[in-house]
Amino acid sequence: MDAEIKASAPGLGGRNGLRLGSMREAGLIAIMLALCIAMTFASPHFLTWGNFRAMLMSFSIEGIVVVGMTILLIVGGIDLSVGSVVCFSMVVSGALFLMGLDPWTASLIGIGASALIGAVMGFFVTVIGLNHFITSLAAMVIVRGLCLVITKGTPLSLFTLPPGFKAIGQGSFGNVPYVIVIFVVVVAIFDFLLRRATAFRKVFYTGSNEKAAQFSGIKTKQVKFWVTVLCSTLAGFAGIIYMSRFGAATPTFGAGMELNIIAAAVIGGASLNGGSGTIFGAILGMALLSVVTSSLILLDVSVYWQDMIKGCILLAAVSIDHFLHRRKS
Amino acid sequence: MTAAAILEIRDISKSFGAIKALTGVDFTLQRGEIHALCGENGAGKSTLMNIIAGIAQPDEGAIRLEGKYVTITSPSAAQRLGIGLVHQEIALCQDATVAENILMAAVNNRRAPLMNFRRLYADAQRIMDLLAPIPVETPVADLSISNQQLVEIAKALTLECRVLMLDEPTAALTETEAQRLFAIVRDLKARGISIIYISHRMAEIFSLCDRVTVFRDGRYVATDSIASVTPNDVVRKMVGREITQLYPQKLSPERRTDRPVLSVENLSYRQGSAGVSFTLRAGEILGVGGLIGAGRSEMVQTVCGLRPKVSGSVELNGEPVSIRTYSDAVRAGLVYLSEDRKASGLFLDLSVASNISALDLRKLTTPLGLLDRRAEAKQATDLVVRHGVRMSGLETQVSTLSGGNQQKVAIARLLSVGPKVVILDEPTRGVDVGAKVEIHRLLRDLAERGIGVIVISSELPELIGLSDRVLVIHEGAIVGELGADELTEEAIMLLASGLRQQRSNARQVQNVA
Repeated sequence: MDAEIKASAPGLGGRNGLRLGSMREAGLIAIMLALCIAMTFASPHFLTWGNFRAMLMSFSIEGIVVVGMTILLIVGGIDLSVGSVVCFSMVVSGALFLMGLDPWTASLIGIGASALIGAVMGFFVTVIGLNHFITSLAAMVIVRGLCLVITKGTPLSLFTLPPGFKAIGQGSFGNVPYVIVIFVVVVAIFDFLLRRATAFRKVFYTGSNEKAAQFSGIKTKQVKFWVTVLCSTLAGFAGIIYMSRFGAATPTFGAGMELNIIAAAVIGGASLNGGSGTIFGAILGMALLSVVTSSLILLDVSVYWQDMIKGCILLAAVSIDHFLHRRKS
Repeated sequence: MTAAAILEIRDISKSFGAIKALTGVDFTLQRGEIHALCGENGAGKSTLMNIIAGIAQPDEGAIRLEGKYVTITSPSAAQRLGIGLVHQEIALCQDATVAENILMAAVNNRRAPLMNFRRLYADAQRIMDLLAPIPVETPVADLSISNQQLVEIAKALTLECRVLMLDEPTAALTETEAQRLFAIVRDLKARGISIIYISHRMAEIFSLCDRVTVFRDGRYVATDSIASVTPNDVVRKMVGREITQLYPQKLSPERRTDRPVLSVENLSYRQGSAGVSFTLRAGEILGVGGLIGAGRSEMVQTVCGLRPKVSGSVELNGEPVSIRTYSDAVRAGLVYLSEDRKASGLFLDLSVASNISALDLRKLTTPLGLLDRRAEAKQATDLVVRHGVRMSGLETQVSTLSGGNQQKVAIARLLSVGPKVVILDEPTRGVDVGAKVEIHRLLRDLAERGIGVIVISSELPELIGLSDRVLVIHEGAIVGELGADELTEEAIMLLASGLRQQRSNARQVQNVA
């Protein structure tokens, strides 16, 4: 958004050359701070570690999925199947565990199976030439069906999971749950890589102008394929954490999750046209949605209103973005 | 003067935010004239067109059409007043038929609930036939770019226009197609339509137009009768300074060498078609001419590994190289600038620095797989400063730069890998005169430093002014080779249109070399 003013001394203090979104991130933080201050006065329960921990917990695991989605959006794709894949990963590893496999191996297989779903989608997108939307829409339905087939429609009860495994989702370092630690580590790693790693620079090139990327010798199909796989893999990883946290695998879990995740990434600045977006922004988007939800609950607003309000926030964020872009050009 | 005026613009100003696009400009269009409007990119030509066409509203000033003051509030208001605009970029519904496109406005205004295709086709064909025999049932996507351009013009004509504005109509046309368009424009003029003609090309302005108005930096500079000025006068008024030499000095005969930088032997990209062979010598700029669709881009893209080749071999500095993918070509030192800057050249929403690094990321990657940002900034600074790109910083988004500066960024990217041969496809398309001169100098400079330069151009004056030697392509084959002293528009066109062949001659030249 502030294309011109930056960096008369290039490279020094300036952020990655691909970044234009710092204004938006500042804006999101400002909105969130304002909301938090207002809520502190409105409800005595808001500004407590307990409430913040609950908020963080509520979006930490989804936040891992947001990371993958944001990278996929930057390359110009989209994945509607993430909710189903999260569930698939839970169900596959849960079922393998019940068949007697140790839970760690079962989890690795679950994540591998999720990556395989991504690879199949990647195949249809890059080799057959379908678009991401339709391919992942089909995958969403197919994978959900698989979950129901594997579980025969009933939740798998996994209370026999060993304590060491359950600790991932339920344990904590003193006051800080492992889940939050894992989330922060994943976000930090991918945010850093996306800004700095050469491999991820190719993601921006491909999403910004695929043809120009090809004309620069970048193998754009490979880039798209691997990003699709990455997104599904992260969804599978999130599924394992959910399984550990809930000690169960429900075949209907995660339905509708994709919409929340895409909304967060887009509020945080990812463009559906590809070429722009940041992990940090997307997480801020997710955090904003979470603060809003938490506030609405604390203010005793009916659940029926919550989705409506979230939808309006999405619309407002995208409209502001559109307005800023139009004014620029 | 006012008596014959059909359109008078008085003292129009227009700002976009803090940017003043037009400052108190005047413009008078006489009845039945072809009036050229010139200026560098950003001079305000398009803004004025948009105001006349009702797309933008002036902040100040008045418009008089046939003596009456008018306010043109929307494109449809402009249409009702008989003002038509043919945009520089083709904006047709690609999947709809020619007829549906031509009569889009009429269909839109139709009250009846159902389409009457028979009448639609008949009406559209009547209009289309004024220009060219294009069957109106054809989907637009099946037409060549030049025919699509004619459909755009036909669309403007349906509006019974009195004033027709053409914004760089020949930008995507070859010489023959442009000639056909000129005949059509003259015919429209003979039918009493007054035409505003925007173009960067002096040659066509001087052969087609009656008067010329020059804008610079959003201000009116002058209006002259074509008979009373020279192309150099017009260019000088456009850039506001003397451009002593439009094209850089060519390679002097004594410095000419026979040392080949690039030799292509029997290269073919289509099964069953004869291969092409040519040699690029050190220090020279080799031009490639021919009609659009003759296979010029295909030929060089095959050399660079951007298209699979059926046969043929490539040697760089006498060493055979195997090029299967474009990465192979880049590694060998052979780089290509695509003709469509926006669609396949640049990453418009990314920064200048990252645009420049795209071609060789490996060089900028640390052993840990991270991008070395200091090296990236240094490389970009070196290349960009050397080529005088005007911008506020390396983080500047490329889309905010002018066409000329964008093109310099694209060329800087090619140079980032230290190439042995650069191949440029239409390097100055859509670039204003000042930047064009700078790009030409840069290319000559590269050639003098021993880098092989191949330039494909559809603009004959550029091909002639810049090249030391020109290869002419017709239907995928090299049909002729012209040395610096044989370069004339006529000679190139005769070869390009297939009227003359001279390749056997060229082959001998090559065998000697």
